[in-house]
Amino acid sequence: MPTTTSARDAAKAHVAAGATRAGRRPGVRGSTLSFWLFTGPFLTGLAVFVYIPIGWSAYLSFFEARFTVTPSTFVGFDNYTYMLTNDRFTDSLVTFTVFAAFIVPVTWALSLGLALMVDRLRFMRAFFRSVFFLPTAVSFVAASLIWKMSVFSGVRFGLANTFLGWFGVENIAWLADPDPPWYWLVIVSVRLWLQAGFYMILFLAALQNIPPELYEAAAIDGAKPGWQTFRHITLPQLRATSTAVVLLLLVAAYQAFDEFFNLLSKTTWGRPPLVELYYTALGENQDYGAGSAGAVILTVLICGVTLVQGRFMGFGRNEDSR
Amino acid sequence: MTTTRTRPPAAAGSRAARSPRRRGGRGGAGLHFAAAVSALLFLVPFYLILRNALSTDAEITGEDWQWLPAAVQWGNVTELFDDPTVPFARSLWNSAVVGVLHTVGTLLVCSLAGYGLARIPYRHANKVFYAVLVTLMVPTAVTFVPSFVLVSSLGWVSSLRGLVVPGLFSGFACFLFRQYFLGFPRELEEAARVDGLSHWGAYWRIVVPNSLNFFAAIATITFISGWNAFLWPLVIGQDQEAWTVQVALSSYMTNQTVNFHLIFMATAVSILPLVLVFLFLQRWLVQGVAQTGIKG
Repeated sequence: MPTTTSARDAAKAHVAAGATRAGRRPGVRGSTLSFWLFTGPFLTGLAVFVYIPIGWSAYLSFFEARFTVTPSTFVGFDNYTYMLTNDRFTDSLVTFTVFAAFIVPVTWALSLGLALMVDRLRFMRAFFRSVFFLPTAVSFVAASLIWKMSVFSGVRFGLANTFLGWFGVENIAWLADPDPPWYWLVIVSVRLWLQAGFYMILFLAALQNIPPELYEAAAIDGAKPGWQTFRHITLPQLRATSTAVVLLLLVAAYQAFDEFFNLLSKTTWGRPPLVELYYTALGENQDYGAGSAGAVILTVLICGVTLVQGRFMGFGRNEDSR
Repeated sequence: MTTTRTRPPAAAGSRAARSPRRRGGRGGAGLHFAAAVSALLFLVPFYLILRNALSTDAEITGEDWQWLPAAVQWGNVTELFDDPTVPFARSLWNSAVVGVLHTVGTLLVCSLAGYGLARIPYRHANKVFYAVLVTLMVPTAVTFVPSFVLVSSLGWVSSLRGLVVPGLFSGFACFLFRQYFLGFPRELEEAARVDGLSHWGAYWRIVVPNSLNFFAAIATITFISGWNAFLWPLVIGQDQEAWTVQVALSSYMTNQTVNFHLIFMATAVSILPLVLVFLFLQRWLVQGVAQTGIKG
């Protein structure tokens, strides 16, 4: 992706430039003051609302802290052992894994498909793009509500059951019964509807950055339009965007909360990590110690993912510039 | 290299429209048919909201599927706002205030910081920038428990401050502004500096007025995410008075009594502002998505 590369290179160039300039001009005290004037408010907020909570929560995770945030009983790693041996917490990690295994490839494929389709349209292209993009404006809560109360309502008048009823299929309890796990269809489709348009925009932008000469050259070389061109030109050219989309989807899935919380509010199944954490820390027990330990564990996991992401993104970039 | 950043990457549709030589636009009737079918599928949920919002409960839950209400029930609107169990008007007001303050605050604080990091020479600027970058590794949603702990010890639970202030310091927004300002033409500012403006003056008189497109793109994205946010408002809004519209909507789903027409009217009303934002600001929204989606 040119944006990616240019941003990074720009950053590097700037860093280099900044270094030499500071070396040449020692008397920049006026600009030191300006620097803090500009960045001070943000940095103060960042320290108070990002750094301090993380530090505090690391501290709390070593204490027994129920109903209090100023605990006194040091318990060592007990909270961690409790969370990691707690079936519900480990199950939530499994839930996330299953969820990611569905939502990431499906959203990737659908958004790419939509982008390819819109890119090829001759008429009303802007209209179709807007329609597919429109769900981005809807919140997860509103979408969950529509899905739960209307589309996948377990009763007879739900849209899905009405539709199946025309073909003589019995009512299905989409959300109220974990066996068979139809709730996955509901969970995955709601996020798919909300997000596909967003990623479609990214793919569209990338598609329109592919130099048309490549297609012309391929046509001269005898590549058939369609699958061959797609496989050997479009897909490789989209590589950087594809990688970015997959990783964005993964990180977004990791933070899934709204639709699980609302669609499965009265159930004990299908709880991803953040929902589990919500019930641990803010449920009946208000166990901030265990909740903090869980937050630390999740933070460590997501940092791991982000570092791998950096690797992959770097990898994609090298491929690009070669 | 830096100049590549200044042009907003990919206003997808408009650029395609400008260059008619594109290979795109060769699709036949079959493709347009497929697009129309997909579009209809994507619009089904919107149809359901409108149908349910303007029907009676009897029509929604009736034996046979009703495609449209027999008579459009505009009375559902007033009924929604008169419903005493959920303070819906209040929650709309909260969401509007939170959305606006969240957007203005984020833009102000993060753009200043981004500019400082990008353009004001300072020996330790890199170290400061790394301190910001590190926070990008941890999504704020993951740390809601610690944030709640902090905010509750400040006594900000169920308050406007608690809803808005902790969300203002977005490392990601700061990062985006920094990247953008790195590509801002240096000559413009230097002319201003030569004419005697301070960094502060150059920023407000030269840089900001020439960056309105970028600000609009970030503002649109920020407002949408602020309006649609759920986890943090849920955690903070312990009293009904401090509910945002998303929390109010969520409460409908767990209520004992289910009034379908009211629930869907509430959904429709909660989506309306964003659909308007979407329709009128789509240009900036697309830019914002293209800009923020790929993290650079």
